[in-house]
Amino acid sequence: MTAKIYIPKDSGAVAVGADEVAQALAELGLADQMVRTGSRGLYWLEPMVEVETPEGRIAYGPVSADDVDSLIDADFLNAGDHRLRLGRAEDIPFLKRQTRLVFARCGIVDPLSIADYRAHGGYKGLERALALALADIVDEVVQSGLRGRGGAGFPTGVKWKTVLDAPGDPKYIVCNADEGDSGTFADRMIMEGDPFLLIEGMTIAGIATGATSGWIYIRSEYPAAVAAMQAAIAVARAEGYLGAHILKSPYDFDIQVRVGAGAYVCGEETAMLESLEGKRGMVRAKPPLPAHQGLLGKPTVINNVISLASVPTILAEGAAFYRDLGMGRSRGTMPIQLAGNILHSGLFEATFGITLGELVDDIGGGTASGRPVRAVQVGGPLGAYFPRDLFDTPFDYEAFIARDGLIGHGGMVVFDDTVDMLKQARFAMEFCAIESCGKCTPCRIGSTRGVEVLDRIAQGQSVEAEIRLIEDLCQTLKFGSLCALGGFTPYPVMSALRFFPEDFAARQPLAAA
Amino acid sequence: MPFEIWEDTRAQAIITAHAGHEGAMLPILHALQAAFGLIPEAAIPLIAETLNLSHAEVHGVVTFYHDFRRELPGRHVLKLCRAEACQAMGGDALGARARGKLGLDWGGTTADGQVTLDAVFCLGLCATAPSAMIDGRLVGRLNEARLDALLEQAQ
Repeated sequence: MTAKIYIPKDSGAVAVGADEVAQALAELGLADQMVRTGSRGLYWLEPMVEVETPEGRIAYGPVSADDVDSLIDADFLNAGDHRLRLGRAEDIPFLKRQTRLVFARCGIVDPLSIADYRAHGGYKGLERALALALADIVDEVVQSGLRGRGGAGFPTGVKWKTVLDAPGDPKYIVCNADEGDSGTFADRMIMEGDPFLLIEGMTIAGIATGATSGWIYIRSEYPAAVAAMQAAIAVARAEGYLGAHILKSPYDFDIQVRVGAGAYVCGEETAMLESLEGKRGMVRAKPPLPAHQGLLGKPTVINNVISLASVPTILAEGAAFYRDLGMGRSRGTMPIQLAGNILHSGLFEATFGITLGELVDDIGGGTASGRPVRAVQVGGPLGAYFPRDLFDTPFDYEAFIARDGLIGHGGMVVFDDTVDMLKQARFAMEFCAIESCGKCTPCRIGSTRGVEVLDRIAQGQSVEAEIRLIEDLCQTLKFGSLCALGGFTPYPVMSALRFFPEDFAARQPLAAA
Repeated sequence: MPFEIWEDTRAQAIITAHAGHEGAMLPILHALQAAFGLIPEAAIPLIAETLNLSHAEVHGVVTFYHDFRRELPGRHVLKLCRAEACQAMGGDALGARARGKLGLDWGGTTADGQVTLDAVFCLGLCATAPSAMIDGRLVGRLNEARLDALLEQAQ
């Protein structure tokens, strides 16, 4: 009875009772056998408990504290049969069909053990980077084709090269962990479940560009991720992976965590810099680019968590390995997050090219409610709503742009046929009004006007004229805003209007006088 | 949640402890709010003086961010997610139910100071929606029964 028991400590698992399961097992004297991990990302099965056996890790889920007695009775520590037994975790189709590079270790390792991280391939990328010239590290990233996973899709290596070539000292690496898009949680999972991966990615970025200081800006809504990163940074420092002379090399690099304060717009890179400097999170005009004048006016790489977490694999396996995956100009893998009303909700890391339909129907299994899928919002609150007719769209930066959408940070929120698309359009405008930094008039004022126009449509007032007005307003927002908040809010609004016009038609005739 | 009573010397000690760091403003505001539960007007001249900023600049930062409170929250803080993934799983109706039962709009605190109801835009629990956070504890797969239990516990 000494088999290891793995229980996620991931926030998504804890929110549905993982701590209570761990507590119940601990009360049976099993505390010493338990390892708290990240999540495998099969959230509909969380809390998912795994037991180490000669045949591999056998998974059980979703387990509640009330199930613990019957699991013990079923001898689950020896892979015994039970109604919650799922078989070998790796054989679960949802997991088996993925190409896990970024998420190779998440849910498997002890997040705060460097020994475990190394045993599962960690720090190979850094070791290879330390043997290369700086320009060659940057070139590996350029050649890999990696593009920014925060949403903008800008080539990561080009950003690094600009910072490497920029004069200035010190230089900074800023990790954007302000994962504010609804329907996304990949950054959170990595920070909680495999924090050394992000530390390794940032360290490689620092060495490659000559930066010695790394800052991670984590949103305040993620307290567990903040704690996990701080704990992992302390471990890495103690074991010589951060600080002066990393792994006895000539390079110094250290990381500090900064916590946001509930402003969505601070996920925009220049607003984030302002926030890190202690100011209101107001968007900056570009140029100057952050790569030239970023944090505190110095050359700065700003990359999303997943961009940085993709780098260790690229260095360890080589640019060609990564570049050979994917389609078109979208290379490598994308951690796609299946969320909202979907049966198999979770994290699905796939090579680019998989279609929306495969993701929603085949992998996701349709809605959780059992009703027909009506709309899928891809890419967060600024992403377009896609109808079933567009389910052949492949997951690819350009393919989504061609259909007036965006892949953003890879979040997909599924809605069933009870959704009111006028209400969703109104929410997009309301959200923009709440979160606008106020710098650009179209975003600051236009969003509030947008809510009012949509309210008039909902009341059936001069619907045709109001629809023309909302279209005009969306054009103004799209072309008159500095950043993506004002610029992309038209995507959900216009896609709702274009693909679901029936929800905007006069439906509530005005009460007769 | 028990907070300390505001005291200038204690506040100044917190401010001074963070003032040496680059971009100290947000860490200072977070630390003050953790200690006192809010950022009162009295904090503004202290921060301004220490960081060599105008009162207006400090006020501007405090009021920009949704997290910083100008008034003390209730003894329990219930945050409900209003974002799209939770909407897709019935979050709007739960939000309306909570507001109705507490007689509050978003951001309000019950007259007896027992409960504050906050809207939050995404807790990153979008695959176990709808989501809530009560006094820092995360709750997923929220439904009417679970919400009612949370409300009862808070009230």
